[in-house]
Amino acid sequence: MSHEPQADDPRLVEESDPKLGYLGSDFSIKSWLLTTDHKRIALLYLASITFFFIFGGVAASLVRMELMTPRGDVFNAPDDYNRTFTIHGVFMVFFFLIPGVPAVLGNFLLPLMIGARDLAFPRINLLSWYIYMLGGLFTMYALVAGGVDTGWTFYTPYSTMFSNTQVIAAALGIFIVGFSSILTALNFIVTIHTMRAPGMTWLRLPLFIWAHYATSLIIVLGTPVLAITIVLVAVERVFRVGIFDPAYGGDPLLFQHLFWFYSHPAVYIMILPSFGVISEIVTAFARRKIFGYSFMAGALLAIAVLGFLVWGHHMFVSSQSMYAGLIFSVLSFLVAVPSGIKVFNWTATLYKGSVSFRTPMLYALGFIGLFTIGGLTGLVLSTMATDVHVHDTYFVVAHFHYIMVGGMVMAYLGGLHFWWPKMTGRMYSEFWGALSALTVFIGFNLTFFPQFILGYMGMPRRYYEYPEEFQVLNVMSTAGASILAVGYLMPLIYLPISLLIGKVANANPWAAYGLEWTTASPPPTHNFEEIPIVTGGPYDYELQDRADQQREVQEQGIV
Amino acid sequence: MSSATAPAHDNTFGQDDTYLYHHFDDLHQQHESSSLGMWAFLATEVLFFGGVLGAFAIVQTLHAPAMRAASHHLDVLLGAINTGVLLCSSLAMALAVRAAQLRQDRHTVWLLIATIVLGSAFLGIKAYEWIHDYHEELVPGLNFNQERYPGRQILFWSFYFTLTGIHALHMVIGIVIMAIMAVLVWRRWFTGGGATQIEMLGLYWHFVDIVWVFLYPILYLINK
Ligand code: HEM
Ligand SMILES: [Cu+2]
Repeated sequence: MSHEPQADDPRLVEESDPKLGYLGSDFSIKSWLLTTDHKRIALLYLASITFFFIFGGVAASLVRMELMTPRGDVFNAPDDYNRTFTIHGVFMVFFFLIPGVPAVLGNFLLPLMIGARDLAFPRINLLSWYIYMLGGLFTMYALVAGGVDTGWTFYTPYSTMFSNTQVIAAALGIFIVGFSSILTALNFIVTIHTMRAPGMTWLRLPLFIWAHYATSLIIVLGTPVLAITIVLVAVERVFRVGIFDPAYGGDPLLFQHLFWFYSHPAVYIMILPSFGVISEIVTAFARRKIFGYSFMAGALLAIAVLGFLVWGHHMFVSSQSMYAGLIFSVLSFLVAVPSGIKVFNWTATLYKGSVSFRTPMLYALGFIGLFTIGGLTGLVLSTMATDVHVHDTYFVVAHFHYIMVGGMVMAYLGGLHFWWPKMTGRMYSEFWGALSALTVFIGFNLTFFPQFILGYMGMPRRYYEYPEEFQVLNVMSTAGASILAVGYLMPLIYLPISLLIGKVANANPWAAYGLEWTTASPPPTHNFEEIPIVTGGPYDYELQDRADQQREVQEQGIV
Repeated sequence: MSSATAPAHDNTFGQDDTYLYHHFDDLHQQHESSSLGMWAFLATEVLFFGGVLGAFAIVQTLHAPAMRAASHHLDVLLGAINTGVLLCSSLAMALAVRAAQLRQDRHTVWLLIATIVLGSAFLGIKAYEWIHDYHEELVPGLNFNQERYPGRQILFWSFYFTLTGIHALHMVIGIVIMAIMAVLVWRRWFTGGGATQIEMLGLYWHFVDIVWVFLYPILYLINK
């Protein structure tokens, strides 16, 4: 065979700029839309995920405004309220929480952290972004132009036989975006398996990588079940056959089983990558080795496995058999064990560390506290006797917001601040960063803590009117939401500003440990001038600090 | 991993470094990545079919008599023939993979065409069966006759059409990709001769065949 230049030339590499690295190679829009560089794709995701987050956030603000008063006044009809909380739930869950950390931080950092030049399948990586955009814009159109009133859970038979809204279109959008998650996860799994730098053994991987590995396994095994569930909902809705509808001989519980078989693991898809982020930040700002590395990695895998076995705790009151309920309850308690290991080990890492309270660390500390509250209330919900009392009340709403907003969003923002200098080559204003972390923390607690009490008092979720006696707590919650919104708006302003006037960051502004800090900020297109050779485990801060001291002594003669 | 670990066996099939993508160290690593990626994708597919097969298994257990009665209306012989046709297509595919590895472009193209023909034959027989079902008023949502087929039998047909439908869709996708591959091999578009690409396509095709090997007994033979 001849080797003339061929259409499929594998050796094509994008240009890199000596100072601006991957950012400076080419400024045209085309170069961004056709890039296969994982770092640029991460930034594409960053922009689009922020966009969908704002969209979901506007819907949340409308919901909170409605709930300020007992009577329905913001919306004309309860139906509009239902459509709005569906927009909020669908966009936050499927277009922000699930892709958030992996698609932005994971995409950017995974190859850097293991010493690779790119992900294994760069073009598939780009494809996943296009699929994400297609699914997102399509769902957006379906939910705004048509509207869906089923909530993000699409429970049958309401969603298949009774709801007169655009269920199929919205479901199709979620089906599409599922492919983008799957492609990203495939890419991560293969990259971690085959592309580690020499010496980067499995037990030397940063926990961020372990977290993304566990997450990717869940995505690959869970998402297709959601996909087929959506197909069945569409089949039932279009052909009016009974798969889930009892009127035609189907079984609505079947839907709940299939849905939660994905959606409980999905909550771990949302939180595990954040665990990885927190492990990196805590060690860097406590300047200590992570406490119990192998337990931390093992806990991630244990959560991934056990997470598949607890879905029935969403169905305690659904006429599922009591014995099944009992087993699901026990298994849910078991999941709490690895989750507890994570929290204890972060805390133990802080103990006797030299802690510095920079912005990423503030976010990380907020995460640890809020995640603990969310996890502990998860145990209240996993106990059948108490769950009967608080199921489908605001207690559940508070529980998962503590984990998703108090957990995932805190970790996402913490990670964004931590790696911002690496991604952009600029430092942001520390003052504004710290202020935003504090505002988010205060606003968050004011928003969601009252909801625990409301739920315990018996306020059900998903109603747009409520009895007078609940108003005080609801007003507190709405007030908190506006503080929270301010907290989120701040980074939207000072981070972009830092691109123009921020101090230029050096390769390792936090003196952190890890391969991503050994290359320039921003990194060159090829990531490393020379592929690194790894000789030790992660987080060796004590060793690093001692080495720095020694060098100082040698260079300057100070003792 | 890296070039440090020697390949256990040569899986590069005479491809040279012009076929090495810039972000890989060597061809062995590159091939291993493609292969692992495809297997992980197939794991996804297993769970995709697994969801609906699990649901069907539950329904079948709960309403066994109705399911058995419904299954009587399927033509076991046509199902068996189709199974044979599909297995032959898998053989052709396996030979195509081998031919691609040996860089026998002509052979590869012809074997791909043979696979396409056999796959299409399967779809043709399947379509014939579906049309027959339609005439028998067995299609839920279009013309299902609840009086002729009382009770829960309709559930069987809902699952039957869903299962065979998504299986057929997978086949159509496979056939389209195969046709594109055949043209590309013919035109010598692939830098590496296409051996890796066709091997991955082969994995996919075998998977789709295996799905049918499960579908055939649980749909056609449960009344035996
Ligand atoms: C770690 C991350 C977690 C996330 C992101 C999360 C998220 C959620 C979400 C979204 C829901 C509500 C679903 C809905 O009805 O719309 C929920 C409910 C529930 N969660 Fe969690 N959760 C997490 C951890 C846990 C843990 C560790 C447990 C128990 C050990 C737990 C137990 C429950 C239970 C029992 C319910 C159902 C409550 C009910 O509907 O009555 N969760 N969670
Ligand atoms: Cu759950």
